[in-house]
Amino acid sequence: MRATVLVRPKPGILDPQGEAVETALEHLGFTVSGARVGKVIDLEVEAADPAAVKAQVEQMCERLLANPLIESYEIEVTG
Amino acid sequence: MGLPQPRIGVVVYPGSNDDHDALWALAALDAEAIPVWHEQRELPALDAVVLPGGFSYGDYLRCGAIARFSPATAAVREFADAGGLVLGICNGFQILCEAGLLPGILLENESLQFVCRDVRLTVERDELPFTARCAAGQELVIPVKHGDGRWFAPPQLLAQLEAGRQIVLRYAEPCNGSVGDVAGVCNERGNVMGLMPHPEHAVDPLLGSADGALILASLVEAARDRAVALA
Repeated sequence: MRATVLVRPKPGILDPQGEAVETALEHLGFTVSGARVGKVIDLEVEAADPAAVKAQVEQMCERLLANPLIESYEIEVTG
Repeated sequence: MGLPQPRIGVVVYPGSNDDHDALWALAALDAEAIPVWHEQRELPALDAVVLPGGFSYGDYLRCGAIARFSPATAAVREFADAGGLVLGICNGFQILCEAGLLPGILLENESLQFVCRDVRLTVERDELPFTARCAAGQELVIPVKHGDGRWFAPPQLLAQLEAGRQIVLRYAEPCNGSVGDVAGVCNERGNVMGLMPHPEHAVDPLLGSADGALILASLVEAARDRAVALA
């Protein structure tokens, strides 16, 4: 089964990448605010059902994919 | 009879690039400096360990996040848990933070620019195995070279570390946006320390500063004391 992990800088964590992206978008003429840059991690996981996939990926996030001090994560399991 | 040379290991990860400078500097300060390959699950008999600077495993995911799972890092954790002296420099500091051996984490510089220059630092603690040759309040000039050196800890953790005197070095000038201007921290027990500046690049006046030798010579001396105690 396929799982997608979205890793985001936690609210309140300074994200200079997000700020740089925001400034660049403004230079292109867009009006934006609150740009934040995170990561997407796509995985193929062997497991019996979506709940089991989610449980495994949660472990992966806690142990490696995200650092809980600065990042939050969301897991999406797709068929 | 001369004093015994302490044995100090320098862990070499794929992507480490300051390992040779660290080995050279430690040997120049009269240690027997021994490279330790990252696949080694057992450390040789050592009196201290240095995790050098570089870009271990390409700094993929987050700096230090992959190196944390190296066989040698597991061995370093056991060494530190047993009270062994461990110093992490730059990428080594990042690895120790990711491994949970040191508090906080290193994020991309506030400026998003790679900073490569001498910086002034203030010594906060002078009784650690890594700073015994320094004096509290002393200013050191040691170079930094990093893109991800902004040390961060949430306010509650920072307050706890300040109260526990775990901040060892601070930048005396703007550098990378670290909270509290933190340049180096230690663990609660004081046997593990990490810093972003590179003492191994400042061990001879010819290099612009020999202040880094104060940190490394402190480590060599503390490691020698341990070697003597064990002999």
